[in-house]
This record gives sequence, C-alpha cells and structure tokens, in this order.
Amino acid sequence: MQPIKKIESRTVVLVNKDIDTDQIIPARFLTTTQREGLGAHAFAEWRFDKNGELRSDFVLNTAAAADCKVLVAGDNFGCGSSREHAPWALLDFGIEAVISTSMADIFRSNALKNGLLPIVVDENTHQFLISHPGIDVTVDVAARELRFDAQVIEFELDDFSQYCLLNGVDELGYLLEQQASIEAWENERS
Amino acid sequence: MTTSRQPRTLYEKIWDEHIVVPQTEHNPAVLYIDLHLIHEVTSPQAFSVLRSRGLRVRRPDKTLATLDHSTPTKADLLYSNMPPGPAREQVKTLIANCEEFGVPIYDLTSQHRGIVHVIGPEVGATQPGKTIVCGDSHTSTHGAFGALAFGIGTTEVGHVFATQSLLQRKSRTLAINVEGALRPGVTAKDLVLAIIGNIGVGGGTGHVIEFRGAAIEQMSMDSRMTVCNMSIEAGARAGLIAPDDTTFDYLHGRPQAPEGSEWEKAVQRWRDLVTDTDAHFDKSVTIDANAVAPMITYGTNPGMVIPIDGVVPENGGDKAFNQALAYMALEANRPLLGKPVNVVFVGSCTNSRISDLREVADVLKGRKVADAVRMLVVPGSQATKKQAEAEGLDKIFISAGAEWRESGCSMCLGMNGDNVGAGEYSVSTSNRNFEGRQGVGARTFLASPATAAAAAVTGVITDPRTLA
Repeated sequence: MQPIKKIESRTVVLVNKDIDTDQIIPARFLTTTQREGLGAHAFAEWRFDKNGELRSDFVLNTAAAADCKVLVAGDNFGCGSSREHAPWALLDFGIEAVISTSMADIFRSNALKNGLLPIVVDENTHQFLISHPGIDVTVDVAARELRFDAQVIEFELDDFSQYCLLNGVDELGYLLEQQASIEAWENERS
Repeated sequence: MTTSRQPRTLYEKIWDEHIVVPQTEHNPAVLYIDLHLIHEVTSPQAFSVLRSRGLRVRRPDKTLATLDHSTPTKADLLYSNMPPGPAREQVKTLIANCEEFGVPIYDLTSQHRGIVHVIGPEVGATQPGKTIVCGDSHTSTHGAFGALAFGIGTTEVGHVFATQSLLQRKSRTLAINVEGALRPGVTAKDLVLAIIGNIGVGGGTGHVIEFRGAAIEQMSMDSRMTVCNMSIEAGARAGLIAPDDTTFDYLHGRPQAPEGSEWEKAVQRWRDLVTDTDAHFDKSVTIDANAVAPMITYGTNPGMVIPIDGVVPENGGDKAFNQALAYMALEANRPLLGKPVNVVFVGSCTNSRISDLREVADVLKGRKVADAVRMLVVPGSQATKKQAEAEGLDKIFISAGAEWRESGCSMCLGMNGDNVGAGEYSVSTSNRNFEGRQGVGARTFLASPATAAAAAVTGVITDPRTLA
C-alpha cells in the first residue's frame, strides 16, 4: 500500500442513505479472481442504462464529477455484503475518501485496509457538504482533519489505522510479527 | 486472560477466551480464529497474497472450503459441464488453491458440499464458544450456536490464512429480548424482518447482538440460524444466541462434533456460555413476539418491511425511499396482498434448511404452482437435498410444478445463472432485496418460506394463514 497523507479534491455527492455494496459493485462482476479493473463496473446499476449506455442524469457520470476523489454519501454507507470488491471498485474508479454520517462496519474495515478513507462526520457538517456539491475539501490524515471553506472538522481514525495509512504499512506484516504469541496461545490450549 | 469477576455477556466471554494479544489504546487486539470457512468468490485474491509473499496456510485443519456462490445449481451444468467463463475459472481456482495449500474442500463431487453457512453446522464444525469467520457477511448465521461468527473482507481472509488470527476491536453489545411466543403461522423469518424493521438497517452498526428471551429459547436450531443470519441486515457485526439443550441435541453425533467423554466435557464447558445475570449491555430492545405478523418487504433494503396485510408506507421527502418505490414500481398507501408475482425462490443461507423445505412442501402438497409463476426450490446443501428426497419432498415440489435443484446460493444473488428478470417481481426467502441483487432490474419481496409458497400457488402475494 502507498502511504496516504493528504487528499485534496472537489466532492461529488450521492445523497441516498443505505447505499449497499451490491450497488457499489453488483454480484455479477464478482466472478473475477483479481482485484484490478472493477472501477469500470462501480455503481453499474445506476451508471448505465438497459443498453449499457452511460446515463447522463446520474451524478457520477457528469462532467462536474470527473476527477473527484471524495464521495459524500448518505447515512449507513457500504451496508450489506462484506465484499472487499466494493472498496477495490471505488478506488479503481478514482474515489479515495467517502464522507457520511455513518459507515457499515465491514465496509469501513475493508476500506481502511486498502487506503480508502472512511470519514464519519456530524449531521450539520454532512448537511453542509450535501448542499455544496463540488466544494474543495482537504482530508489530512496526520491531523485527522477534514478542511473546507475555512472550516476544520476533526474525524475519528484510530492510531493503528492512521499509522498504517501514513506509512503505507499493511496489517499482515504486523500480524506476522505476532507469530510467537499466536504459537504460544495455540500450545497452551492443545 | 481476564480473571475479572465482573459479570460478562456471552460475547465478552468468547472474546476474552480468544485474545492472543489484548487491545490497547493504540492497537487492536489479536483475536484467535477457531474456524475459517472459505468459498470461491472472496478467497482467490487472498491465496494470491500468500503466494506472492511465500506464505502457507497456517492451520489448514481449521479451514474448510466449499463451492456455493458462483456455482450453478442445475445438475447438468455442474462438474466438467460448467460453461466456460469466469465463474468456471473461479470454481477451478478454488479447487486448485485448496490442493496447493492443503485446505480441505467439499468440491463439486462431495456429498457435504453446500452453502457455506448451511454446511458448517451440518457437519458439526460450527460449535458453541468458537470464533468463526468467512469472507461473507452472513457468517453471522453461526452465532445461533453461541459462536462468535462474523463476515470479513478478502484482506482479512489472507490474515487468517497466514496467522489464524485477526486484528479486531471489541464491539458494543445490543440485547434484543424477544418476549412471549410467535403466533401460529408466524416464523423466525417474520420475527427477524420485524426486528430489522424496528431497529433499522443501521440499528446494529458497531454492535454484536444477543437474541434472548422466551421466543428465542423455544426456537429450533434452523429457526435460530434464520434469525442470526439476518443480524447483518441490521448492520450488526454478529448475532448470538446462548447454547442450550436444543443446540447440544442438534450437534450430538455430527461428523465433526466431539465424541464420547470429549462430548460430555464439551457440553459441560458450553453450559457456561451464557450472559451472566447483571451483565451490562450497551443497548437493549424488547420485542413482543405475540405482536409479530407474517412480514414482507416492499422496498430495496430489508428494513423496508410491513406486516403482510399492511399497506406500503409513505415518506414524502426522502430521496432513497422514493427511489426504492420507483424501482419497485409500487405506490404508497396501497396493500401488497393480491399483487401478482413472476418468480418464487425458496433457498439461500437464510431459509434453505430441511425445516424450511418441509414448510414449503406442506403448502405445495396437493396444489399447483400458478401458471404465471416460475418457482425454484434450492436446498442449502447436498445433505439437505438427500434428506428432502428421502422424505419425498422433491416429488411434492416437482409435481406442483417447481424446479428442484442442486445446492448453492442460486437466486439470492445474480452471479450463478439463476436470475430474476428485469422488471419481474419475486417473492424470495433470501436476505437482501437490494436493487439488482437477484438480477439486473429484479424486484424482490423478502418473506418466509410459508409466504413464498403461498404466493407460488396463488400467483399473488398472499397471507399464508389464509390458505387452509
């Protein structure tokens, strides 16, 4: 994983709450054995019409959304299936942070392991961001701050995840260092 | 290890028992995993990581693989007849990976193969007090046995492969007390849909649910699995039910259950797996089982649910709500009863066990599936299929006009050839009515096996209690 210190981008807003991982990446694209290339199918049900043409009225297809790295979405983002293909698809599509009022547990965990930032904000901040699509925001991982329009909003990010993001460390390396403890635990119980 | 005398919840007891390295202010805990279930869809990228880093599967003996998600359910499409394409490649990849890393697999020829959350309990691998994970959110099913069981992503599948452990932070606890008794004609599926409707699809986020109370204690294991299965649809990390004699009776004599004196010792140990009196839950909800009716969803998440004789609610301003009704082509303030349906699906890790199939057969016996309805009955496992056939249930389904298939996830999710067509309405015993879940443009009503069967024979949404 590459170190992630700061994300600076305009936002794109998907106001719906309870956006599930089946919407982020539908099951029919999960027959892959790779993690690459899923961005082409991100939000497939909403981005494409019956004939496979881009729907011009869907916000992620608009010119204003091009190059946006920060998605502002409704409450309970990423609910449903545990498929890690969801953060893989979002990252491949160009999304590097998701801002919502709450995030589903498994999605949040999967996102952090891939360097996609799940940022939970309060109602007021959320409302402001929803009513100002396209606003320039900065996500500062080291400061745990979301900054926009002269506002500074602190967000929660545990120390361990922050360390992994800032240093591009993956958790497997850390777990492998715990092998001796794991072995001792197993021996004690066998 | 914790030696605290503080009263603990069932969740806290299992958590404490599996801590390899305790959680600190800065770092998550290292939690030991007793059983790792895998399937073809969420494992290939994790095996690739092992290969690229020169790692092995640490405990193949605590790992169990099956084929269910992208695997076809038509007998003539299985084995070497699986059509060429990515699904076939995925199935072959799992078989090859299991061979390379020494992981036991119930492959396409195995009598034990089936949906991952049906076979774990069936072979007795799912046991009280265990930590169980799988790259699948419905792993919560195994919580019915008093096991701490939850879904993980593929990166974590790799972590468990390599270390038999996971980095985890402790969840909060939510008690759902189900008082009273379910009325005749009302099932575990109706109860869990009512619970999700009550607390919402995000109501359990950050929590592990313990289902408790008289109605839960009276339930069979199949029913308890249905309830715990859908904990994730309320956003919960896991669902738990304390093990009791019903649990022990179910497990006794299963292939992987302890035997002889080991069995006695295990049961003694399992009897301690209950929440202590006065243990603290972060949140509590009480549900009156007597007030629960047969339930059916009308929208595009499982929390959008009403009693079957109710009307579709209205929620004028909410964009997602209005989008859901538009997707379903339904109007507010109208009943669902009498609505024609195109497809009925009985199956999935929620409702594909033998008792579910018996309930459906009870309705179908001596009746015909309505002309306009296509009905699929898909057993949860090959063992369930065999049992159903021994009881003659397959003949009831087939003579009624339903299709009887090999086991698998089937129409629960559109990735194995079993789909609901665009714009079609299905009554489904599965767990998710998300847009496109059963196929592009498919419109799903989630309900119990009895409600699904009633719709199959009448061709319209029907209260199963009105079928004599």
